[in-house]
Amino acid sequence: MLAAARSGRSALLIAPTGGGKTLAGFLPALIDLAESPRDGLHTLYVSPLKALAVDIHRNLTRPIEELGLDLACETRTGDTPQAKRRRQRRSPPQLLMTTPESLALLLSYHDAPQVFAGLNAVVVDELHALADNKRGNLLALGLARLQGLAPGCRRVGLSATVHDPQALVAWLSPTGRHADAPVRLIRAGGGAAPKVEILGTRAHLPWSGHMAVHALAEVFERIRAARTTLVFVNTRAQAEIVFRELWRLNEDGLAIALHHGSLSAEQRRKVEAAMARGELRAVVATSSLDLGVDWAAVDLVVQIGAPKGVSRLLQRIGRANHRLDRPSRALLVPANRFEVLECRAALEGLRAGTLDGDPPKPGGLDVLAQHILGTACSGPFDTDALYAEVTRAAPYVALSRPDFDDVLAFVADGGYALGGYERYQRLGRDRHGRYRVASPAHLRRYRMNVGTIVEAPTVRVKLKHGRVLGEVEEYFVRGLVPGDSFVFAGELLTFEGLRETWAEVTRGPAGGEPKVPAYAGGRLPLSTHLAERVRAMLETPRRWRDLPPNVAEWLRMQRRRSVLPPAEGLLVETFPRGQKQFLVAYCFEGRNAHQTLGMLLTRRMERAGLGPLGFVATDYVLAIWSLEPVTDAAALFDQDMLGDDLEEWMADSSMLRRTFRQVAVIAGLIERRHPGREKTGRQVTVSADLIYDVLRKYEPDHVLLRATRADAAGGLTDIGRLAGMLSRVRGRITHRALPRVSPLAVPVLLEIGKEQVFGTALDELLDENARALIEEATSGLEVIQAELPL
Amino acid sequence: MRRGPEVLVNGVELLADLSGALYWPARRTLVVADLHLEKGSAFAVRGQLLPPYDSAATLQALAETIARYEPERVICLGDSFHDDGAAERLASADGAALRRLTAAHDWIWIAGNHDPVPPAAWGGRVETRVTLGALTFRHQAGGEHAPGEVSGHYHPRASVRTRARRITGRCFVSDGRRLVLPAFGAYTGGLDVLDPVIAGLFPRGFSVHLLGRESVYSFASTALADR
Repeated sequence: MLAAARSGRSALLIAPTGGGKTLAGFLPALIDLAESPRDGLHTLYVSPLKALAVDIHRNLTRPIEELGLDLACETRTGDTPQAKRRRQRRSPPQLLMTTPESLALLLSYHDAPQVFAGLNAVVVDELHALADNKRGNLLALGLARLQGLAPGCRRVGLSATVHDPQALVAWLSPTGRHADAPVRLIRAGGGAAPKVEILGTRAHLPWSGHMAVHALAEVFERIRAARTTLVFVNTRAQAEIVFRELWRLNEDGLAIALHHGSLSAEQRRKVEAAMARGELRAVVATSSLDLGVDWAAVDLVVQIGAPKGVSRLLQRIGRANHRLDRPSRALLVPANRFEVLECRAALEGLRAGTLDGDPPKPGGLDVLAQHILGTACSGPFDTDALYAEVTRAAPYVALSRPDFDDVLAFVADGGYALGGYERYQRLGRDRHGRYRVASPAHLRRYRMNVGTIVEAPTVRVKLKHGRVLGEVEEYFVRGLVPGDSFVFAGELLTFEGLRETWAEVTRGPAGGEPKVPAYAGGRLPLSTHLAERVRAMLETPRRWRDLPPNVAEWLRMQRRRSVLPPAEGLLVETFPRGQKQFLVAYCFEGRNAHQTLGMLLTRRMERAGLGPLGFVATDYVLAIWSLEPVTDAAALFDQDMLGDDLEEWMADSSMLRRTFRQVAVIAGLIERRHPGREKTGRQVTVSADLIYDVLRKYEPDHVLLRATRADAAGGLTDIGRLAGMLSRVRGRITHRALPRVSPLAVPVLLEIGKEQVFGTALDELLDENARALIEEATSGLEVIQAELPL
Repeated sequence: MRRGPEVLVNGVELLADLSGALYWPARRTLVVADLHLEKGSAFAVRGQLLPPYDSAATLQALAETIARYEPERVICLGDSFHDDGAAERLASADGAALRRLTAAHDWIWIAGNHDPVPPAAWGGRVETRVTLGALTFRHQAGGEHAPGEVSGHYHPRASVRTRARRITGRCFVSDGRRLVLPAFGAYTGGLDVLDPVIAGLFPRGFSVHLLGRESVYSFASTALADR
């Protein structure tokens, strides 16, 4: 690291979690400033987590004092007071710790050139968590901008072990490419191999579910035996349930806390602080604790539910015992039988050292739009120069000039082909032909809406006459009736009603089964690498011998009741359940491909008059339910479904609508909702849905719709894999029409995250309800005779 | 397309159309509410560059509905224009389309709170309220005793819980005495009918006529899902 710094080279340090890599990133700066003290910003540190920036700041203050260095080290995040932020721009500290969003804001001020002119180095922490998402896109663009302001600035990336280090080298490179990159790759030793076991539960292993309630008594024993345990779960709903169940078992009153992204920030800080002081015996957490802050005391990591990917599992295991000389200890707790297969596959992957990872995706055009507006906020820019600068950011190296120009046109005046908004331009031109922001109002709006994290609309949860507990997604609240009880923030609450901008609740149950909030954003897709390993295991009965007896029995039962998914070809099962008809296809092509397949199949079923109602995709299986049963599975899965109507159907799906909303917020078309600050009243906002419909009809090729489709293709569909599967299984479809659900199909029916179909089945349902209610509709009302005005 | 349900208001037979328009066959009168033309550009004026096609979309839908019913008279129940400046922002092609419609019919603009003085440039006449036979057309429902009152303003929406899931959509609201139309405009959102602001207009209960994808469905207020 030091050698790279002395030669002025950028560097990528790859090390397992722990190992003091963050300090290594700063050491060159401390030495340089000790040897030749000077004022002005010297090193900028960017982390994906506010908490991490704050923690690093704390950890650095001590060595700085011990070395007797006279230098300022400060943080700048969304929590930094206005006055301090202003002062930081006027006289910047030598070391500044910040986040991608705060950096974007700093760059949007007119004094950015002065602030960053003398910048020596940028340190990007947890680079693996930023490189391939929209926050990373924003940061990459920010770094390209910094390179223009401070050409001599070196970049230092700190990353956990990854599948493809060259992609990170390219990301760090000032040219955006790894071939000509002046970036030195440094790998730290692997440390002791982690000790990982799968819980061989004494209890009966459930067929389905994700909560692992059956195993929590055993997990609790492990917590009691360990000093401090991190209990990782995959979703916030799981966190709530697991936390409650652990407390139900907790007769010793061990200090067990809850941590997830929907809890109020105050509550999360409290938990983190208690953890840092070593006061907690366990924390139940989602990915909100995947990264960051070192807790030396953690000696056991428990993963409840399947780990979803080998890299991710490694990362989580690394949260235990942040020391290289001792192995991390981890316990995998599969919540159902499928997850036993998945945990075992992950363990094999861990031992084989095969990590998962997808090739990097091109940067989002919506993020680019935000960056262009931010750039204009800081001062006039030349179009050619900005294009050249943007294409030096790795996610945008392949950005075409026409795409860039379209995004620029969108930022300038909406970029609409017809009915242009020349009169309402956001960007004007100065006499040199350079672009600048047309009015100060745009500066304010940009700063209010900066960032790439778009949450689903949420509603605050507030105790009656009490404090705010956190936020839940609006659609969950809309499904509640006053008097319903639900679990949140580790408490059993009763919904009292929706007030102006919050959901009012009281403590305690109102009777009945409590609901658990579901979060659309809470699910992590299984890596395809792991899915393949699971599939191979399922297809090889002799490998079942190693499985827990009840899992092996489950697979044998499937063989008796139906048939196991064949090595080649495709198993499709159909059966009635409740008042609906189900179809389950065992494709094993990963959740994204299944999601797309679900959309296409339901479209076809719609045409066939089967009245599809919805579907759910897991990494292994796709399930569809409809009013009428599917009888000809082979015809349904015919390859021609990838034809013309793919795009048309995608465009109408709720998935695309959700994606469009996010793109529209990031690109600055619609404004972020600021919880609690939004005005009520329907005239103030236009829903993204209505805009989407109008734009799609009148300008289907608008740059924001292109960005939406690109997002969906990258993140949510997997057309290539799907096409491969459809051609492979042609003529090899095994259709089993069963009288009831098969053993292997049980898990998928209990999955969350169902996609609804907006087809004519809706009309049929309305019709049904209307007919059933027609009596009520007429008898419930007094029929009013004509009252003629005299 | 299936014909919309017949709705009886103050003894008058009306049709609730899937587009959100109301048709009075006996008087060959078509009624629409809350077009909110140029709502998109109103946002653009304030710096939020929403797609400018909302007026085109609204006028196209209106033209199609008119072509289906071939009415003699068209009544727009106010808030036809989103704001004072809407008239001058309307694109010339949209203005021409609007002029063709107004010229071919007895066209009445009811004044609304967004457009207290609807622009005169595109034909039609302006009224604050109109009474025809047993019905009175105005922008916003008012007063307790309002037999035969037909209005807009509230942009009503309703939710129904079906065996599969909850379905929400724009709707007509009526108790047989008065009727509130859904908003017709492309960028118009809505307010749940169970909100006291709307429900309060119908103290004796009401029914809604919900716009589905292919048809209009009728429910009693007691059958609706609470928000």
